[in-house]
Amino acid sequence: MPIGFLLATMFKTKAIIRLTSLCAAISWVILVFADITVLFSDLKALPPDVPVWLPRVMLDLYVVSLFYYYKFRIERDEGLNFTDLLWKVFATGLIATVISLAVRLVLFLLGSTKLSTNVLFIDFVYQINLALFINFLLAAFTCWKRLILYQKSKWLIRAWLVFEFLLLGILLYDSIHVVLSEAISTIAIVLTSLLGLVLSANMRWVAYLNFKQKWTSLLLLLLSIFYLVYFLYSVTIWSDQITQQSGAFVNFQSHVFNIALLAFVLTYMSFSFLVVLFNLPTSSVFEQKLEEVVNFQRISQSIQTEQSEESVYNILLESSVSSVFADAAWLEIKGAANEQRLFTYQITEKETKEIHAHLEKNKIKGALDQSSDKTKNLSKHLSSLKSTRFRSLLAFPIKVKDETIGTLALLKELPEGFNKEMTRIVSAFANQAGISIENFRLMEEAFQNARYKEELKIAKTVQQSLLPARLEQHADFEISAFSASADEVGGDYYDTLRISDHEIALIIADVSGKGTTAAFHMSQMKGIFHSLAQLGPNPRDFMAKANKALVFCLERGSFISATYFVINTDSKKVFYSRAGHCPVLLYKSSKQKAEYLKDKGTALGMVRSQDYRNFVEDNEFTYESGDVMVLYTDGITEAKNNKGEEFGNERLAEVLQNNAEKSSKEIEESVISTLYKFSGSEDINDDYTSMTVKFR
Amino acid sequence: MVHIKRLQEDGADIIAIVGEIDASSSIELDLAIAKSVGEGYKKILVDCQALEYISSAGLGVFMSYIEELRDKNISFVLFGMKERVLNTFSILGLADLLNIRENKQEAKKLADELSL
Repeated sequence: MPIGFLLATMFKTKAIIRLTSLCAAISWVILVFADITVLFSDLKALPPDVPVWLPRVMLDLYVVSLFYYYKFRIERDEGLNFTDLLWKVFATGLIATVISLAVRLVLFLLGSTKLSTNVLFIDFVYQINLALFINFLLAAFTCWKRLILYQKSKWLIRAWLVFEFLLLGILLYDSIHVVLSEAISTIAIVLTSLLGLVLSANMRWVAYLNFKQKWTSLLLLLLSIFYLVYFLYSVTIWSDQITQQSGAFVNFQSHVFNIALLAFVLTYMSFSFLVVLFNLPTSSVFEQKLEEVVNFQRISQSIQTEQSEESVYNILLESSVSSVFADAAWLEIKGAANEQRLFTYQITEKETKEIHAHLEKNKIKGALDQSSDKTKNLSKHLSSLKSTRFRSLLAFPIKVKDETIGTLALLKELPEGFNKEMTRIVSAFANQAGISIENFRLMEEAFQNARYKEELKIAKTVQQSLLPARLEQHADFEISAFSASADEVGGDYYDTLRISDHEIALIIADVSGKGTTAAFHMSQMKGIFHSLAQLGPNPRDFMAKANKALVFCLERGSFISATYFVINTDSKKVFYSRAGHCPVLLYKSSKQKAEYLKDKGTALGMVRSQDYRNFVEDNEFTYESGDVMVLYTDGITEAKNNKGEEFGNERLAEVLQNNAEKSSKEIEESVISTLYKFSGSEDINDDYTSMTVKFR
Repeated sequence: MVHIKRLQEDGADIIAIVGEIDASSSIELDLAIAKSVGEGYKKILVDCQALEYISSAGLGVFMSYIEELRDKNISFVLFGMKERVLNTFSILGLADLLNIRENKQEAKKLADELSL
């Protein structure tokens, strides 16, 4: 684990900043005292009280402390942008310069007193200036590091690391003061300079500045360069003065580290200044490109952010206008429900109509008539329209699924106001908007479909729950029932109810229509059956009363066909009334023949007056053991095979006749299997419902 | 699929249905009858010679006009039904509610009688 990370986890960054600044201050104070002591002993030709190396080591310590101070102050601060960084450099320089100038003022006020010419005092002043200078350099160094490493690559990080280690090496070499061979130090200096130059070429951040930021950067950089020059000048003056008087004085110029740092900071500063300066004229182009990208994103993302079609149109209009600097624009759209809509920018609806009319009058075929799908520059046709202030017109089609749903028209007051680039960009916008709108519509459709399916599912559940779970059975007969429905919900219904120990009511019904309405009417039918049947009316009365109840709930055009039965096991008779339902198929065991009962009756809901009673009949027949009654809905008789033939009444009667000896369940199964065999597939396109009653 | 044509003969509006009438095509039938009634014809004949099949929804359309036609005193006659189609009408009991004739002449004759 790196030490820096360990430290950071042990202390908070704030604590580290305090610690490093304290460390820097202490080392500077020791540096000053040690340096003055060394100088003083040298002047008096006495052996110094402190080791001669102490000032140099303290200077190193000062540099390292400050290096870490800025590392934590600037390098780790994510909130700083490029101009903030330059501002930091500038501010540090400003403070340092102000302090330095204050010291100069004090010196000036002192005049040429004994103190002001004292070499020790001059050394003190020099040390203050040097400390400020190094401080400024290190602040700049850290900021440059962040700027250089913006959009870093692997090798760039490595190069920087090597550079930092080289600088550290130079710093140590300075303090040890052991003169190595001339060649080695030359190589080190050349290497450092080369590396510094290579690193200084990393100026990617400049491209991300906008016009205003570039101006700010130029100013900040220029002032920073001034500070640097000022410090270089003043530190040189002081050190020259001291060197003249004392041989023990270590000139900062002999400090290779200081020179290297200064050279690097100044190089990058000047490079940056020049690069920013030369990038000034192109910045508007970069800004424009950036805005285009952002606009593009807005259009394509508008779908994800649950925005409406309307917002896509508005974004399209805005982005197109701002991308090509149009003076006005309008957008005509054919909405999802085919309604015409107009969005305008800096133009009245009246003006758009005038332009429209003018183009139409001159029989100009262009994107403005929505049948065309080509982007057109219609500028030349505008020149003949005197009333308008516009001289350039560019029109784009907006397409959804290859169908033009609208037109985007951009206008300029300048003649020849649109170039090829602009056409390309807006055309891309228009395409993207088309895709977004298509997605919107698809999503809407999918949503509607899902809702419809959900509705059907509910209707189907309702329908199935309306069919009885068990049927009434009796010693005299057995009943089986079967119902299968197509994907669409139908309205087939059957049920049984025991009226008394010898009377049982049966019903089979088919509600016209499909879907939720059918399921709804079916539930009404069930309610009517269960409430009316237990009162034991004769079948005709049942129908009359059911019709009376239903006319209030059935809408115009809806009806229910039904047959209602009462089986009386005492008299061995079946009483029934048919209201528009399929005729009853009865197998008489005595005749060994299956026949349809002939009777009359109109469906429920067709006659909406009291007259209905006259449209239904009371019918009856006597049953014997072995007789079979098959009730069914038209789904069965109207089932078609692949030749388009209907299953029909004959086939149904035949199946019953051939299987009449079997149990009700077996008869039913043979009807179903014959039906499926006939239709040739398991897919049913209607509802199949049947109820089989076998008398014993 | 259904195709509905309307033509006028001797003051009667004749609506000819060609094809099958199911839940979706019944809307067209409804529209045709509504137009004819709306235009004020007192005699409306429905030509069912080319009607191949009619579903309950289609029957519902005829049914839904019964009262309106009676209230407005419009004579409404269907003619030329195929046996299978007629069977559908009879099972549901609509044959008793509507005037159905075998051919155009008879239908016209009935319509004239009714409008007197």
